[in-house]
Amino acid sequence: MSEQAEEQPTGGSSLRWLWALLPIAVFVVIGGFLFQGLSLDPKSIPSVLIDKPAPEFDLPPLPGKDNGLSRADLGGEPALVNVFASWCVACRVEHPILMELQKSGEVPIYGLNYKDRPNEAISWLDRFGDPYDRIGSDVNGRVGIDFGVYGVPETFVIDRNGVIVDKVIGPITPQILRDKLRPLLAELRK
Amino acid sequence: MAPELGQYALVLAIIVATVQAIVPQIGAARRDAGWMAIATPAAQAQFLLVLFAFGCLTVSFVTSDFSVANVVANSHSLKPMIYKISGVWGNHEGSLLLWILILTLFGAAVARFGDNLPPTLKARVLSVQAMIGVGFLAFILFTSNPFERIDPAPFEGQGLNPLLQDPALAIHPPFLYLGYVGLSVSFSFAVAALIEGRVDPAWARWVRPWTLAAWMFLTCGISLGSYWAYYELGWGGWWFWDPVENASFMPWLAATALLHSSIVVEKRDALKSWTVLLAILAFSLSLLGTFLVRSGVLNSVHAFATDPARGVFILAFLGAVVGGSLVLYALRAPLLKGGGVFQPVSREGTLVLNNLLLTTACLTVLLGTLYPLFLDAVTGEKVSVGPPYFNATFVPLMTPLVAALAIGPMMAWKRGDLIGILKRLRFVAMAAFVAAVATLWAAFDISLLAVLGMVLVVWLGFGVLWELGERVKLFRVSPRESWRRARGLPRASFGMSLAHLGVALMVLGITASETWQEEIQTIMRPGDTQTVGDYDLTFVGAQTVPGPNYESLSGAFVVTRDGQPVTVLQPEMRTFTSPPMETTEAAIRSNFAGDLYTVLGEPDGEGGYAVRLYYKPLVIWIWLGTLFMVAGGLVSLSDRRHRIGAPARRAAQAPGDAAIAGAGD
Repeated sequence: MSEQAEEQPTGGSSLRWLWALLPIAVFVVIGGFLFQGLSLDPKSIPSVLIDKPAPEFDLPPLPGKDNGLSRADLGGEPALVNVFASWCVACRVEHPILMELQKSGEVPIYGLNYKDRPNEAISWLDRFGDPYDRIGSDVNGRVGIDFGVYGVPETFVIDRNGVIVDKVIGPITPQILRDKLRPLLAELRK
Repeated sequence: MAPELGQYALVLAIIVATVQAIVPQIGAARRDAGWMAIATPAAQAQFLLVLFAFGCLTVSFVTSDFSVANVVANSHSLKPMIYKISGVWGNHEGSLLLWILILTLFGAAVARFGDNLPPTLKARVLSVQAMIGVGFLAFILFTSNPFERIDPAPFEGQGLNPLLQDPALAIHPPFLYLGYVGLSVSFSFAVAALIEGRVDPAWARWVRPWTLAAWMFLTCGISLGSYWAYYELGWGGWWFWDPVENASFMPWLAATALLHSSIVVEKRDALKSWTVLLAILAFSLSLLGTFLVRSGVLNSVHAFATDPARGVFILAFLGAVVGGSLVLYALRAPLLKGGGVFQPVSREGTLVLNNLLLTTACLTVLLGTLYPLFLDAVTGEKVSVGPPYFNATFVPLMTPLVAALAIGPMMAWKRGDLIGILKRLRFVAMAAFVAAVATLWAAFDISLLAVLGMVLVVWLGFGVLWELGERVKLFRVSPRESWRRARGLPRASFGMSLAHLGVALMVLGITASETWQEEIQTIMRPGDTQTVGDYDLTFVGAQTVPGPNYESLSGAFVVTRDGQPVTVLQPEMRTFTSPPMETTEAAIRSNFAGDLYTVLGEPDGEGGYAVRLYYKPLVIWIWLGTLFMVAGGLVSLSDRRHRIGAPARRAAQAPGDAAIAGAGD
């Protein structure tokens, strides 16, 4: 790069200064972006499905439960669709928050039981409590694919028209509930 | 008690570092020997104080002192002892302390072994080193205190991230940091040289062993990380172009370029301002890596301890260190006098080509790593740049580099004879042609990249051996005479051959494993058999086994080849409860010919299990290749000429080298 300048110590001195200033100019630009980057959130991965209607599906209930879950159950009022499984450790972490949310009755929670053994899902719910208004059993994960699920748990926020407006990847934490979900649901109910 | 003592030691260390940053610098400007002399004991005291603090934190971890917040968050009384110790640096605060420990270790080493440096240069180098130390000590004391107490103390800790509970990962960060932080010495030398306004062959000779040592550690650290990803993450790959990986790869590329360009400064007194810039860039990229990993600006599969508040601090520090040194560079570099003139076709010319390709590669990685951030900042659009981008940009850059690698070492300084060299390499070229034909024949689906890869492997591998053979006049004189000549070769040139051979072996591993890999993803029930490579794998079943701090689903495959039993592979899926997390433990049967790689997945609920089976030919050569590179570095480092005392001694013996002695002032 700069050997050109070095080999000609007498000529082109303004060029030498330009070369010397180039690194600092590049650094200032990168530094500016990095500074701005600090206020952005790289973890909010958008879903391609956001602002699109929820996909068509019709899932059977878990054994012993009355209600399965289908596309027709969504819409009318804002709701959450929570993807869970008994084998998913993070779902255990999230579970108490869903129970609390259920008790408060502020929003219907629908469960999408993803790639789970139905019997194990039932005993899991019996043991820790059932926070769901309806549960669809997605044994082979087909509906999960339609929803673009790539990790469990995941929670979709559906508005009263059955449109997916947002999604939470990973367990819902008290902070996410407070700062993101509750304000969003209040907005949707207006 | 230990945490308070550690905290106190860190406070003392920052005071010592501040004194070391200021007093010797003024002393060097005024040529005051007394003021300059403070640098050496200060650097040693700084190291001892930080070592003491590090010891205090280790004691807290080993004794599971849950009144220390950091221990609570990252340890657990049931954890095996090795992970209690590695837990010290398996978190943000502790790894930062390790970083500073290594920084001060290098400072103390320069103080100890730098007696033959001109006093002003030594004082300035240690002063710059201390400035970096002040920044990092302030970082740890003000934003990331590892000794913070909590009250009341809980009865049990939360455990270490299970992904990090692995022997390779216990030693991977120390190596990586030895590399990252080792580059701070090259940086300090570069800044000190700019302040002095003098860069000459003696300077290059002082700085080169430090760069070489840092480069070796970085090579080790990166390949350990890659090997860890290969067997622990369970997706069968060894490089993901993840931002955290790129963060360590960029300084490596810059350091590799620096290693080569400093040869030109040393031998030919040319490329000076460029080499100084590279030394600044290499360490700047280390700092940038630290920022990317810890600030949370980029999403990564293994970023840990991200915190925007810390990000602001590192960014400010980055601005001061990198910005400051680049301003100094802009002021001083144009005044550096250029040295030897050379033709484009010459040893210097090939080294310039090497530098252009390596820095361009480094820039493309930088661009790919930061592009998502740029786009998000400008348009709010979220993208991720994945392997396709990097593969598409990297292969075209590395191909000419590897091809030139066989030619460069044969090139004469100043003016080389390309035609003559190509004539001498005609047998090597023929071997490469045979390799091309053989590859086309073997890979019936004809992947052009595979052909290219194998041609490069043979071209470089044979080229290196051919060059060695010519140097010792193999088959042209008696074997005994050849042996005598081989022993007489400078170790540095031997080291170079080893390292370049390592590149060839690595390309071999990459090409073969990518081209001829066999992969099966399926559901297997007990009794099912699948064939991968030459092996038949029969799934025996899976069962739940308790581990020390996890529960494991352990499967078993009986492996046979032509009906003969080979081994039993037992991949596991571990479920940790504290913190809740699942990890994959691939079971791998590894040998020089290829790896059999098995992963156990989730049960399908009907008695079957999702499994992934791979056969990866020659994949182990990727890491053996990096071992060759490190070995080459070691051999080169053991060369007499690189011993720290060498320049002064040589100057004393040879009056013709007065220019070098004169550099001492």
